[in-house]
Amino acid sequence: MAKKEQAVVRKDISRFRWTLSEIKKHKVAYLMVAPFFILFIMFYVVPVVLSVVLSFTVFNMLEFPEFVFFDNYIRLLFDDEVFITAIKNTLIFAVITGPASYLLSLFFAWFINELRPKLRAFLTLIFYAPSISGAVYLIWAVFFSSDQYGFVNAYLIEFGIINEPILWFQDTDTIFPLIIVVALWTSLGTSFLTFIAGFQVVNKDLYEAGAIDGIKNRWQELWYITLPSMRPQMMLSAILSITGAFGFGGVITALVGFPSPDYCVHTIMHHLDDYGGARYEMGYASAIATILFFMMIGCNLLITRILRKVGS
Amino acid sequence: MFKKLSEKIEMRRVAKGKQPKEQFKRSINRSAGGDFGVLFFLVVCALAMSLPVIYAIGQSFKPLDELWLFPPHFFPNRWVIDNFVDLFRLMGDSWVPFSRYIFNTVLISISGTFGNVILSSFAAYAIAKIPFPGRNMLFQTIVYSLMFNSTVTGITNFLLMSYLKMIDTYWAVIVPACCTTFGLYLMKQFMESSVTDAVLESARIDGAGEFRIFWKIAMPMVKPAWITLIIFAFKDLWNSGASTYIYSEELKTFNYAISQLVTSGVARTGVSAASTVVMMIVPCAVFYITQSNVIQTMSTSGMKD
Repeated sequence: MAKKEQAVVRKDISRFRWTLSEIKKHKVAYLMVAPFFILFIMFYVVPVVLSVVLSFTVFNMLEFPEFVFFDNYIRLLFDDEVFITAIKNTLIFAVITGPASYLLSLFFAWFINELRPKLRAFLTLIFYAPSISGAVYLIWAVFFSSDQYGFVNAYLIEFGIINEPILWFQDTDTIFPLIIVVALWTSLGTSFLTFIAGFQVVNKDLYEAGAIDGIKNRWQELWYITLPSMRPQMMLSAILSITGAFGFGGVITALVGFPSPDYCVHTIMHHLDDYGGARYEMGYASAIATILFFMMIGCNLLITRILRKVGS
Repeated sequence: MFKKLSEKIEMRRVAKGKQPKEQFKRSINRSAGGDFGVLFFLVVCALAMSLPVIYAIGQSFKPLDELWLFPPHFFPNRWVIDNFVDLFRLMGDSWVPFSRYIFNTVLISISGTFGNVILSSFAAYAIAKIPFPGRNMLFQTIVYSLMFNSTVTGITNFLLMSYLKMIDTYWAVIVPACCTTFGLYLMKQFMESSVTDAVLESARIDGAGEFRIFWKIAMPMVKPAWITLIIFAFKDLWNSGASTYIYSEELKTFNYAISQLVTSGVARTGVSAASTVVMMIVPCAVFYITQSNVIQTMSTSGMKD
């Protein structure tokens, strides 16, 4: 697009004058983007900027914010053990569920793409359903219920593997793996659909050309032809998966409760809710939000930079 | 022998004037073993994925005495709809009439979805098809906004909304729902690839204004995209508990009311399973019907660098 615009740059007037005349010519465009971007500034830009500003203050919503420099950050990093646990948990979650859900999306989409249309539509729904049906993940609490009537406990007892019911969602040893399973279960969302769509738009001629050039099986085809031509979809999916992996917290609260036993699945999001929603320490909560913001953006930029290098 | 039979059937089909069936041909680079392996793997995974959902469905049709069997059965021996009846009876007994919750959900979903589609389409059309200065910057900002989610902005959003006196009104849910950056992103990508510049150009030469072109030419061409936006927006609003910004009981949503029934222990296990089933039917059905539109839209969604 940028190239096209370059082509009409005029030599006889300055760049500034040209820009002004272009703005005047396309007035109506600004009118069209205005409503959306006013809301965008209100609900995205201002909140981010405001939380950076507030993170340097003490603010309880009643008195005027008091400026305290880096006190909030110092307290967070050196005086708040729970926050360190939260950072650790969030990172472990993100590092495990982010790539895992990305790869699952990719491979499920690839396999589904091999099927005939009717079956394809049906299986897409099966894999996508957990992520669109709201609170359906609550069924895991029944499935892994801690009494002997819970499905899993009942059968483990029945087959003599355990004698006493396991307290799945209260035992610090079992919570973490279970939560990861539930996270992956609900994570085949928009990035999965992006892959499904991506596989369908790969130019089919490339496959025949590849077969002539000596590609022998489906794995080589995936690696040498499909993935390189799907790079745009892979980029978007990566961003969606990472953002999703960092924002995963509501499910934990619903299944384990808040706070979790020994803070074993306490994430940054929970810490944020605790200070912002319950204790009304808005300055401190803003510092947490700011750290989360930079973690998300940094991680995304890093991954997209790496993906951009793949195959080029 | 099989071959002969299938040939006969085929000949009869053609004689009846039907299209000859396409010969099934193995695609290049595919082996029979591999195809079978893929299908097997998918079926196993699909079963594992849907196991909890199937269990929920089984649970919701169990009569009371079967809920506490040991060991529990996966499917009920006797299928009854008692749990659903109980669910709706409990809803009828609630303090705020249940029709009010449904009204709230419908109102919020429809107005939020409508606003979302209109605002993002306007902005997407301008960014994709009008070469005004600054549009690349605007789009880049949108891409950056996909890199963080509402957890980050939650606290300050709350402050902002309480300053604007929007807390505890419908606006607190509807207005933010009108501005989803992913919606704009999808719409812009789709417009860019499926609305041809030549058509727009000829309309401009004929003297049509941009708003007119947008309504009469661009919007009909991007039907899959706005169907997709409707689904994504609707799904979010349908599933929204709307309880963060809304305190008054009579403004809360269907989803909130149902989850309240379940978590407050008013309902039994069977009823809570029934409510799960009720809540998931709507988004799943809507997605299944409109799937081809969604996939078509998503196919243009890639992020070019």
